[in-house]
This record gives sequence, C-alpha cells and structure tokens, in this order.
Amino acid sequence: MSEQPGSATPPAAIELREVTVASMRDASLNVVEAVNWSVLPGEFWVIGGQQYSGKSDLLMLAAGLMHPAAGTCRIFGFETGSFGEAQLAERLRVGFVFQGGQLFNRLTVAENIALPLCYQKNLTMAEATQAVGGWLEVMELAPFAEMTPSSVAAGWRHRTALARALVLKPELLLLDNPLSGFSPRHRQWLLQFLDRLWHGHELFDGRPVTIAVTTDDLRPWQNPRRKFALLHEKKFTAIGPWAELERTDHPTVKELMAELVETQN
Amino acid sequence: MRGNLAKTFELANTQVFLRAPLPKSYANYLGQKLFRLVLTVQGLGAFALITLGVILRKSGVAKNVIRPRIRQEIARAGVALLPMFVFVALALGFVVVGQTIAALARVGQMTFLGQTMVIVIVRELGPLIAAMLVLARVGTANVIELGTARALGEVEALEALGIDPVHYLIVPRVIGMSLGIFSLTVYLIIGALASGYLFAFLQDAPLTPRDYCDQLAAALGWLDFVMLALKTVAFGFFIAIVTCYHGLSQPLRLEDVSRVAVRAVSQGIIVCVLIDAAFIVIYLFS
Repeated sequence: MSEQPGSATPPAAIELREVTVASMRDASLNVVEAVNWSVLPGEFWVIGGQQYSGKSDLLMLAAGLMHPAAGTCRIFGFETGSFGEAQLAERLRVGFVFQGGQLFNRLTVAENIALPLCYQKNLTMAEATQAVGGWLEVMELAPFAEMTPSSVAAGWRHRTALARALVLKPELLLLDNPLSGFSPRHRQWLLQFLDRLWHGHELFDGRPVTIAVTTDDLRPWQNPRRKFALLHEKKFTAIGPWAELERTDHPTVKELMAELVETQN
Repeated sequence: MRGNLAKTFELANTQVFLRAPLPKSYANYLGQKLFRLVLTVQGLGAFALITLGVILRKSGVAKNVIRPRIRQEIARAGVALLPMFVFVALALGFVVVGQTIAALARVGQMTFLGQTMVIVIVRELGPLIAAMLVLARVGTANVIELGTARALGEVEALEALGIDPVHYLIVPRVIGMSLGIFSLTVYLIIGALASGYLFAFLQDAPLTPRDYCDQLAAALGWLDFVMLALKTVAFGFFIAIVTCYHGLSQPLRLEDVSRVAVRAVSQGIIVCVLIDAAFIVIYLFS
C-alpha cells in the first residue's frame, strides 16, 4: 500500500510504472514491456492494438487480475501485488467486462447480474434479483431476465456482463474490446451508454465513472475528450487526444483508423 | 482471495511439465514418472490445505450464497443418487450377505455372522463402494464442469467480481460430497444388511431376525461408528479435492478436459484405496 492519506490530489485510478505484462495463457511469454501509464479519475482511455498485441492481458493486469512480471501496478494508490482479503473494498472499486462476457451459464441473466450483490452484501438470490430490476430496465434486459446466457444473443450477453460489472457501482470500469462482433444497434447503444456513465449516470447518482477500453478499431471511439494509447510490438505508447492521434503517422494507428481515412478521402 | 487464484495458477504451471513427452530410456522414464507423482502430490496437498483454510476462515462469509450451493451439492452427491444406491444395496445384500449367511449356516458357524458382516459391509465394502459410485457419478462431473468453467474464463470472472473461486466453486463441492458420501454409506449399509437377511430368510437360513440384529449389535463397537464417519468424510473430502484440483488447475484449453477427467478418476480411486488402507492400519492397532 502506498496511499498518502494527507495528500491533496487523489491517487491515479490506474498507475503502471515500468510494467512488463506476461501472457495470461503462458506466464513465460511477455506480451508488453516497459509500460508507463496513468489514468486519472474522470478520464476515458481507449487503447488501440491489433489482435494478439496484448490488449486483454494489459487490461486484466490493470484490473489487478494478474501480477506484473516486472514493475509496479497501482489501483487507486494500492499496489495490486498486495491485493488480498483486506483490500477487497479497493478491489471492488474496479469493474471489469471481459470480451466474451464470461457469464455463468448455469445462472439466469438476472441471477448473473445479482450474483455480486448476493455475495458481497450477503443477500438472498431473491432479494438481489429484485434489487437489480433497475439495471435490467436500463440495459433493456427485462424480457431475458429468466433466460440463461446461452439462450440469448451475443449483444444481450454482453449487456448482461456490463450490468454485472456495474451492479456494485465501481469507480473505474475496464472493458475488453467491447464493440467487437456486435450489430450496429448494440454498438451505438453501448457507445451512448458508456458516454452517460462517463458523464454521470442516474444509477450512479450522477457520479462520473473512469473508463478504459481496448479496441482493434479506433473509429467508433472518436471524441476530442477521450485519450488514446497504442499497443504495438510489445510497446505501449500513450498518444493523447484524438487530434494527436490524427497527427501521428504510425502505420498501426493508420491501420486502426483506415476506414475513417478512406471515408474522409 | 487474490492469493488463492494465484496459487491455483502456480499449481497449473506444473501441467507444462506433465504434458512433456516421456523419455525413451527406462531410468529417465521412471525418474520422470516419479517426479510427476511428487508434483501431483504436492499440488493436491497444497490445494487441500488452501481449501481447508478457506472453509475455516470464511465460514460466515456470504452465507446466503454458499449455503444454497452446499444444499445443491448435497442433493447432487447424495439425494440424487439414492435410487442407484437402493439398487446397489439390494445387489450387495444378495451377493455378499445372503451368500455369507447361507454358507455359514451350512458349516454351522452362524455365531461368526455379526463379526463377518461388520468387517465386510460396515468397515470395508459399504464405504468403499459408496465412494467409488460417487466418484464415478459426481467426481467426473466436477472435473468437467470446473475444467469447462476454467477454460471459458469463469474463474477470472469470479475474481473480477471479488468472489473467491475456491469459496464459491470448491467449498460447496467438498462439504456436499463429504456429507453425501457419509449419508449414502449409512443407507447402503442398512440396505445391504436388511436385503441380505431377506435373501437368507428366503433360503430358510436358521436365523431369526432378532438373532441377526443381536449379532450385528454385539459385533459393532463405538470405534466402528467413529471410523465410519471419519472414513466416509475423508473419502468425500479427498475425492472432491482431487476432482476439483484437476478441474480448476487446467490450462485454458477445452480439449484437455476429457483427458484430465480420466486422470482425476484414476487418482481418485488411488486416493480412496490409500485412505482405506490407512484406516485398516488404525483398526489393526486399535
């Protein structure tokens, strides 16, 4: 733990210093090296990178789900290497949405969303499923509440995973490639919903949520207030706002923005 | 919580070694086999201790989630298997008890009946058969369910939600299987002894029900009850540990799940036999 109780500025939501990220599937393989990255509260970061560039591994490490192979990773000032039972409250300040949703197929959609509430607040499943009614409405999941994840379409599964990550009202939300493979309707809905979260959603009592996403397509994330970073050949480069991104002549950035450039031309 | 998953991953890393091809020379082959055995024992021991630690430390955590899960597991490893156990109890009674009573009656040694039944059914066959059946029916399901959950990233999802995977996935299975095997063994023994007498009665064996019960009661000591409880709980605990360990410490590949299910069942049988042998030693020296 390295939090300074008396310090004036709040600690960064995520702070990586000289971090080496190992692959989740093979701990002996380093996928990203020497990462220096700070995410301040209230920021919205978009990390671009091609497939297998280590985006998911970096995000999982930033969420405290993996240890860095080298360097230090802090979440809200707490070093993730020391995360244990005593730091559960800090752990729950972070919400994580996996690319595949990673839902529990033996539970219904409503039970999936209710599970964190049940476990962390010691509610019965009946009490918790009642408590998540608001989330089901917001996510337009009410018609699927009693269905299992395997019987609903991928877009709805992803919304279930998003609701599950948000139900404990985290301050930092990390989403791994959230737009990948979904219909334009779901993509549009998600982009608008994340914007509302970022600016303060009513279910969070207007409190803004810090967000970081990974993507292999930068185009949908165009926004002058968002910050962008790039993962390429084991290197993490924090680029800055969209205008900086447009100015860079990095070939991977061009590739990740290719269709946009073509459209503009 | 965080440490538990990390330890599971560390255990999983041994799989890299376990997947290595076996060398051609006999000495190397035996050495590698021995090394694999040591790694497996080490992994199982560590996993058992972690699970015991979580059971003790988190007995009061998330009771509204864990208790229903324990009830589900008791139903799965106990109640749901009752019809099969009724059949097995009848078969065991017919094969063992009925024939033993008839054979003892022929040689005029009916006074040994109670002791024979206690040794064969209560101490040995009852607990061992119950453990094997639960291993086959529920243990394999454990490996496949947990292996699939691990391969599909559900374990990481639990971590991300601040839920200890060992507490949520393993503890209910361990408690459910321990209580399930204990209860099923009691039913199996009672069923086998009752049906065995029924078959003997049908063969006109010279033994009244009262004599039969008296002999059994005289042969049973307090140690039998204590040992029966300890042995069946130990069977349940270690079968759950072996099957859950192989399910959870899987590499993230779906195609490995069936292969590891076979290995888990083999190791489960070996563990049961070793526990049984340990209890025989205790009986012999008591």
